[in-house]
Amino acid sequence: MTTTLIRGGRLIDPSQDIDRVGHLLLRDDRIVGIDPGTTVADNVIDATGMIVCPGLIDIHVALREPGNEEDETTATGTAAALAGGFTSIACFPDTNPSIDNRGAAEFVFLLAARAKNCNVFPLGAATKRNAGEELAEIGQLVEGGAVALTDGKRPIANAEIMWRVLEYARMFNCPIFNSPQVPELVKDGVMHEGYYSMLLGLPGIPAAAESIMVSRDIALAARTEGRLHLMCVSTTVSVDLIRRARERGVQVSCDVTPHHLALTDAELQSFESCFKVDPPLRPKDHIQSLIEGLKDGTIDIISSDHQPYAIEKKDRELDLVPFGIVGLETLLPICIQTLVEPGHLSWPQLISKLTTGPAALLGIQKGTLKAGADADVTIIDPDIEWQIDPTKFKSRSRNTPFGGRKVKGRAKTVFVSGEIRHAAE
Amino acid sequence: MLQAEAVKLRGIWLDFANVTGSSFTESHWPVRWRMTTDSDSPETQWTRHDLLGLQDLSAAEITMILDQAAEFKAMAARGESKISALNGTVVANLFFEPSTRTRTSFSLAAKRLSADTIDFTASASSLSKGETFVDTARNIEAMGVDLVVVRHQTSGAPQLLAKSLKASVINAGDGMHEHPTQALLDLFTIREHRGTLEGLTVTLVGDILHSRVARSNIWGLKKLGARVIVCGPSTLIPPHIEKLGVEVSNSLDEVLSETDCINLLRIQFERQRSAYFPSLREYAHFFGMNGDRIRKAKKDVLILAPGPINRGVELTPEVADGRHSVILDQVENGLLVRMAVLYLLNERRQQTAGGAR
Repeated sequence: MTTTLIRGGRLIDPSQDIDRVGHLLLRDDRIVGIDPGTTVADNVIDATGMIVCPGLIDIHVALREPGNEEDETTATGTAAALAGGFTSIACFPDTNPSIDNRGAAEFVFLLAARAKNCNVFPLGAATKRNAGEELAEIGQLVEGGAVALTDGKRPIANAEIMWRVLEYARMFNCPIFNSPQVPELVKDGVMHEGYYSMLLGLPGIPAAAESIMVSRDIALAARTEGRLHLMCVSTTVSVDLIRRARERGVQVSCDVTPHHLALTDAELQSFESCFKVDPPLRPKDHIQSLIEGLKDGTIDIISSDHQPYAIEKKDRELDLVPFGIVGLETLLPICIQTLVEPGHLSWPQLISKLTTGPAALLGIQKGTLKAGADADVTIIDPDIEWQIDPTKFKSRSRNTPFGGRKVKGRAKTVFVSGEIRHAAE
Repeated sequence: MLQAEAVKLRGIWLDFANVTGSSFTESHWPVRWRMTTDSDSPETQWTRHDLLGLQDLSAAEITMILDQAAEFKAMAARGESKISALNGTVVANLFFEPSTRTRTSFSLAAKRLSADTIDFTASASSLSKGETFVDTARNIEAMGVDLVVVRHQTSGAPQLLAKSLKASVINAGDGMHEHPTQALLDLFTIREHRGTLEGLTVTLVGDILHSRVARSNIWGLKKLGARVIVCGPSTLIPPHIEKLGVEVSNSLDEVLSETDCINLLRIQFERQRSAYFPSLREYAHFFGMNGDRIRKAKKDVLILAPGPINRGVELTPEVADGRHSVILDQVENGLLVRMAVLYLLNERRQQTAGGAR
């Protein structure tokens, strides 16, 4: 039996509405409680001036294993997660082969156990091979541990398939994650369609490509009473549609990424491939709507949408490079810079979008400091100033738009099941 | 002949490059007696390492290129069409997209300046073996290339190259982004016929959305003081284009009477699907330049076309071969502005000893 006392930190636990200075006691792999009345423990960690919160959770990241180990592996991806303050992540099924059967889902747990970094939960494929044509073995995926179903970054384009997936997965109370983009409007687009796409002569992706599928999916969720989650929403109309659907009682949720809050489509003027993301970076007015959605709770989750790609895949012409950037190791400081520092969100609000929001959606017993919960805890140094240096990433890939950016705040110490798995140097 | 024959005397650069040429028949006379002092303002001296587009150029820089081209034209008229300014310089033409006219024009421009040239086309390349575009360019640069002329189907590809190469990069057309030398030759042709761009109304007709020629023309024309109208089917005019200071029209007939120069952009079949307009016949009906429309236009209207033209679509043979057409002037002037660009960039390289950007 080992006990650890984290002393004098600012304890923020949105699951219990706690935000105060206090002590947190862990015993073995469990949380004993807050202010336990003892100052004696095997290990004592001084957290004065630090934020102590439930381990952060990212609901969709790409680990690329099996099939694309040149981009990332479970070992490197989970190390990146820890460095970013995450103790649990859910990984995309768009690997090769895809996670579209029970054995593949169980393999994810095996890889995570071998890596022994953070917890990993598989997102199962919604359709066989993520091809969007036939339902995957959804029930057995759930039995194998899949916490949600998705075709990853590939939109479920066929409305009938989306209808059936939502309806079928309802039996297992399992949410469907979709990337809402109408493919025929995306076509060969590489960026948001607007002033800058006109200026740069780059093929544009209209905002309507997203809002049309958001609207369709909401209608199908209402019809099926299934659980719908829309990943990486990025437009004013999307947020508005989701807000109104939630008011009507439709089971729909959504998340946003830090890069869609921190960057605009103007960045593409550099023609740098690290600004090519899906959905595309939008102009400021859309960002304002995303912030409003975060403030009023329409958006209750923030995800990095971590998309690692080896340098040789991103160092090419803009139309040939894949969409996406790595994000696990930069999410926290970028969120602090774009949401907390300007006063859009309080610290407890930000933490809730990285703990209680994700845990509730995935239906996992995580994201809390309640007595008896898993001892997954993140200690954040909110004031440390540093510069993002991609060469120091734990991730195998370096495709970030934030290299060189001066930021504030990072994960200092990360506990998973009561063990220190990451300590910032 | 060596390039180092420009010497500095008491802060004054004298360029003997062509005076001391061994063969007077090949290199007769100084390109220009250059007496630019160190204190010259940037406006009278070319200071760029690359030519990636017209967006970033000042009116003075554009004028400098046009003036240099005019000088070459005057020399050619005197029979001095070949000069030795780029003797010993290697120019690589990297064409990752099919092109006949621009590639030939650049190649000849380089030869007129006595440069050595390497012609590279994607079909004959190792790209088909999986080599990346940047690696291909680096390999070619390693052969001692000083100036790289690049044509690529992806917008921004020349910017990507400029970041990776020490050689000067000249954009010969990138995706739907910019085609600076085409716009320069259009400007040159209009200026030659009208003396100035200031106050003229120039209408760009056709596929504005997919056209790099349109974008470069807009920058150049606006900077030199012209009024610009973009005219075409609503599906081929991108939203927000009015923010570049142009006027938008969907009716050629309405703007004809106020237009001094009409530039008929090519309908680019290779970039298009039937989603943009119903048929070529319908396009020609509304936007084709034909005899009837010429008769409704200003008496001295100039007809330009960047080519290759689709006769009967953008314009009828009657117009293409008629007295308003300056299409063949454009081809000739293209050679001269490309010579001017190669010449100015090469001069800059010598001043900075191959120099940094």
